[in-house]
Amino acid sequence: MGTKPENPMSQSEVIDRYFLEHRAKVLDIAAFLDRVDRCGSEEDDFRMVAIRTCIEELLTNEPGRAERILLLLSDHTNDPIDSAGMKGACGAPPPE
Amino acid sequence: MTYIDPHIHMVSRTTDDYQRMAQAGCVAITEPAFWAGYDRSSPQGFYDYFRQLTDTEPKRAAFYGIQHHCWLCINPKEAEDPAFAREVISMIPEFLTCENVIGIGEIGLNKNSKNEMIILEEQLNLAQELEQLVLVHTPHLEDKLKGTRLIMDAIDNTSLDPNRVLIDHVEEHTIREVLDRGFWAGMTLYPDTKCTPERAADIIEMHGTDRLWINSAGDWGPSDPLAVPKCQVELASRGHAAALIDTISFDNPCTFLSQSGKFSIE
Repeated sequence: MGTKPENPMSQSEVIDRYFLEHRAKVLDIAAFLDRVDRCGSEEDDFRMVAIRTCIEELLTNEPGRAERILLLLSDHTNDPIDSAGMKGACGAPPPE
Repeated sequence: MTYIDPHIHMVSRTTDDYQRMAQAGCVAITEPAFWAGYDRSSPQGFYDYFRQLTDTEPKRAAFYGIQHHCWLCINPKEAEDPAFAREVISMIPEFLTCENVIGIGEIGLNKNSKNEMIILEEQLNLAQELEQLVLVHTPHLEDKLKGTRLIMDAIDNTSLDPNRVLIDHVEEHTIREVLDRGFWAGMTLYPDTKCTPERAADIIEMHGTDRLWINSAGDWGPSDPLAVPKCQVELASRGHAAALIDTISFDNPCTFLSQSGKFSIE
């Protein structure tokens, strides 16, 4: 099967089906930002800087937002690092 | 609707999960060797793990009518000590003769370190020498893009046929390059990281189904052993044809895995 299958749903069907779920996710983001603010710290964590950059990307009208957000959250260096140090990942590239 | 889950870590799952998977239509799984959530204290720990993958799990799966195959390797999270990793690698050829072992995997990178690269290259060479299929783990989150490219470059430096290598855990920012370079690609369906069933359905609509499969990668972390049938339901509820759902969840894994010479659906 070499062809790309079209989404068989109309725009209104997509919105009917997924709107409430994503309304809730937007509220989750808003509540998370409020929760961080309530901590009262002046320190700007690199992950919060990254998430604000991603939110700006959401406001663009170009298709491919998911890909661009993943690219914003990616390490763009090319060479292997000297040693692993830790096993986990942060979700956004830490400052050098 | 029947399905194959080509990447799931059943050593971390309960027997109830086998039962629920069978009830949901699972007829076969493949289980890559992976990190257990802690570092093994000796290479002998891997010997026991390989026995579990080649003897215990096939019996557990067969009880529910599910065929069990596996992949063997040392995973990248335990590859930072090359001497230790080489001792584990030296055990692999003995197990490759087991009837349910279909290749080397899941090898790859985790933090994209120099030692991880060295052990990746040595295991690629083993796969090349022993003519094995390869299943590749790509790194998590911010490390995925860089790691995926480093891995593909390393494979390009061998004589391995990209058509016999599956690069797993692709997302929107890596899938195009993986497919364009001739590899197979796997989408892992996770609740928080990697792809949700909805995003996987979106990616199928954008990229098609060629050389692509879906898997749950169910393990000891947040994951869902029924993620593949949930993605089947997502596709069906959008109005996609049964033939497309069969292609992504049954035919494609069957086609790739059959290249091992050890995989067939009875």
